[in-house]
Amino acid sequence: MHLAPLTKTDAAAPPITGAEIVVRALLDAGVDTVFGYPGGAVLPIYDALFHEPRLRHVLVRHEQGATHAAEGYARSTGKPGVVLVTSGPGATNAVTGIVDALMDSIPMVVLTGQVPTHLIGSDAFQECDTVGITRSCTKHNMLVRRTEDLAPALHEAFHIATSGRPGPVLVDIPKDVQFGQASYAGPSADHGRRYRPRVEPDRAAIIRAVELIAAAERPVFYTGGGVINAGPDAAQALTALARAVGAPVTSTLMGLGAFPASDPQWLGMLGMHGSYEANHAMHDCDVMVCVGARFDDRVTGRVDAFSPGSKKIHIDIDPSSIGKIVPAEIGIVADAGRALQAMLEVWRARPRCNQAAQIADWWKRIDGWRARRCFSYAPSADRIKPQYAIERLEALTRGRDRYITTEVGQHQMWAAQFLRFDEPNRWMTSGGLGTMGYGLPAAIGVQLAHPDALVIDVAGEASIQMCIQELSTAVQYRAPVKVMILNNEWMGMVRQWQQLLHGERYAHSYSESLPDFVKLAEAYGATGLRVDHPDALDAAIRAMIDTPGPVLLDCRVVKDENCFPMIPSGRAHNDMLLGDVAAAEDIGTVIDDAGRRLV
Amino acid sequence: MQYEGEERRATFSVLVDNEPGVLHRLVGLFAARGYNIESLTVAETDHAEHLSRVTIVSRGTAPILAQIYAQLEKMVAVRAVSDIGRDPLGVERELALVKVRGTGTERVEALRVAEIFRSKVIDTGLESFIFEITGAPSKIDSFEELMRPLGLVEVSRTGVLSIRRGAQR
Repeated sequence: MHLAPLTKTDAAAPPITGAEIVVRALLDAGVDTVFGYPGGAVLPIYDALFHEPRLRHVLVRHEQGATHAAEGYARSTGKPGVVLVTSGPGATNAVTGIVDALMDSIPMVVLTGQVPTHLIGSDAFQECDTVGITRSCTKHNMLVRRTEDLAPALHEAFHIATSGRPGPVLVDIPKDVQFGQASYAGPSADHGRRYRPRVEPDRAAIIRAVELIAAAERPVFYTGGGVINAGPDAAQALTALARAVGAPVTSTLMGLGAFPASDPQWLGMLGMHGSYEANHAMHDCDVMVCVGARFDDRVTGRVDAFSPGSKKIHIDIDPSSIGKIVPAEIGIVADAGRALQAMLEVWRARPRCNQAAQIADWWKRIDGWRARRCFSYAPSADRIKPQYAIERLEALTRGRDRYITTEVGQHQMWAAQFLRFDEPNRWMTSGGLGTMGYGLPAAIGVQLAHPDALVIDVAGEASIQMCIQELSTAVQYRAPVKVMILNNEWMGMVRQWQQLLHGERYAHSYSESLPDFVKLAEAYGATGLRVDHPDALDAAIRAMIDTPGPVLLDCRVVKDENCFPMIPSGRAHNDMLLGDVAAAEDIGTVIDDAGRRLV
Repeated sequence: MQYEGEERRATFSVLVDNEPGVLHRLVGLFAARGYNIESLTVAETDHAEHLSRVTIVSRGTAPILAQIYAQLEKMVAVRAVSDIGRDPLGVERELALVKVRGTGTERVEALRVAEIFRSKVIDTGLESFIFEITGAPSKIDSFEELMRPLGLVEVSRTGVLSIRRGAQR
């Protein structure tokens, strides 16, 4: 965010309305796009937008769509996403996306209309306690009761959303505050006075960390969304440091793209459906360098058996992340980019030594794990395997200016396993909250920020229906997003868990009645395509990419494919279930009763 | 799990911006993350700067208490946090109102105990007293214990207040 030098409130400036103040503040924060939906309590702001050509308003079809679109916009640009919705149902519909942004540390500013101040607390029409409802799911929120407080509140909102660990900030604006008048002053350093998170690392801790890494025989870098949030420079610093050390790199679902997947040091994603080599490296390493990740339960598996022999260095901008789940020998509170840059400088200043020889045995072991080829699956000549569909998508889009979003479930994990990202900000997925319905609106947000790029939502037929209405938004704004539905007619991940954990009792996970997705796309004014044979898959993917405008590809895949490898619940990293082994075992018995309760 | 281990009592002194909803946010943090609140006091302490001091007594293992500290500190409206129970300069005080009912020797004995504790009688009837007592929470606990056989009826406690000794804020 741009911060002008400190300016006092300019009382001499002519008063403008609260609604005009909102527009001015958005422009001063560098906002060019707002995702929203009008309603009674925000009409004055919509009136002000009517006169403002510099702000593009994107009309979504449901407020949840606005929040995910703003997340996609934010994650692909590094700028905050902005949402504008009305009071009551407008605000409550936005809650899912706000929690999603909180869990995944996405900078977002949500403006909600509120009933006039004299009606607050009276159960007025479309009134709800928006700040009360969102207090626990925002980084910060505020109800602005006076027009003269509005500009400072908005400036502070942008500062908080984008500083430190990013997150959603909500500003609730009663209708009379939008109509009221006050003079406007732009953002200044004063608005950042109250919230000043630490970003510079402790130099002594950086030196100790570098010494620990230098002495390691089995080091591993474990990186997360914090590196993406710290900007492209952080990804470059990570890449340079990892290459200088010669250590393997793995990342969380949220961190994909920070380290190039084409690099020989890349181990793939770690965690429940991560690679065999990444999880084994995590388990057996002697020094773990965690940067901008938070030891989520989907990453650690069983915590008491998590990487038992390693010393941990944990770098995070959020002090409460350090030591929350796993104790760290060295905890460094800092911006990931600055910490990595500082480590790189210290590393380069050290006397040269033969690091490669020191970790050569480690790489031999890693090569052994890699040889297990954990993502292999039984191919099929007459039916489309979902893994094959993603592999072909990767092959046919590699090298293009490509952005991927996903919904949530098996398709999301296969996308994370088989798509390869060499750059940050190219992969948008709902990690922490796991929100079905995220992918399509997020893709629209990405596409509007990158009009000429190829934006693909890898979807499942269940998830896509949770925000399918946003296809209408894509058509209206000519956002040529491509939706590739891996259609297996099941809530695939639910079915997989029911098979593995619930005695193959498939309670309500099969969709008896699905729409004809081709006709559905056409009904919205988009293009619908279908493919159900592997021989036709490449042509269908090419057609999806080459057809102008939004395209929905209904890709009929094998119905009962499971997503492997998998760390079954209650097991450690080095106790992964692999696809070929799982096929041979009685799959209903691989997870015991105790494990069943753990996740 | 790392959260197993010896529990201890901790007193967090939290200086917050006195803005609407700040107490809800703070208490919500404890509720959402399953932390204990043994007592909580709050009042505005600096009208000009709109600052309130919140004193929260909690209980937990060392990693849990470290989490509470970090989670409190990252709240936007929080200006400063200290684990004042561990601070050698920390002072903790609590006020209690204690109603005791009795006649004859028990009534006389209650009055004598109150004198020893430097407690004030703030209301008296023919059959009852209300005592006002301030001190460290442990002192109030012992006062309650001594009053129990003498006809203790009910107690109202403020919860712990805290501040640091010395000239610095």
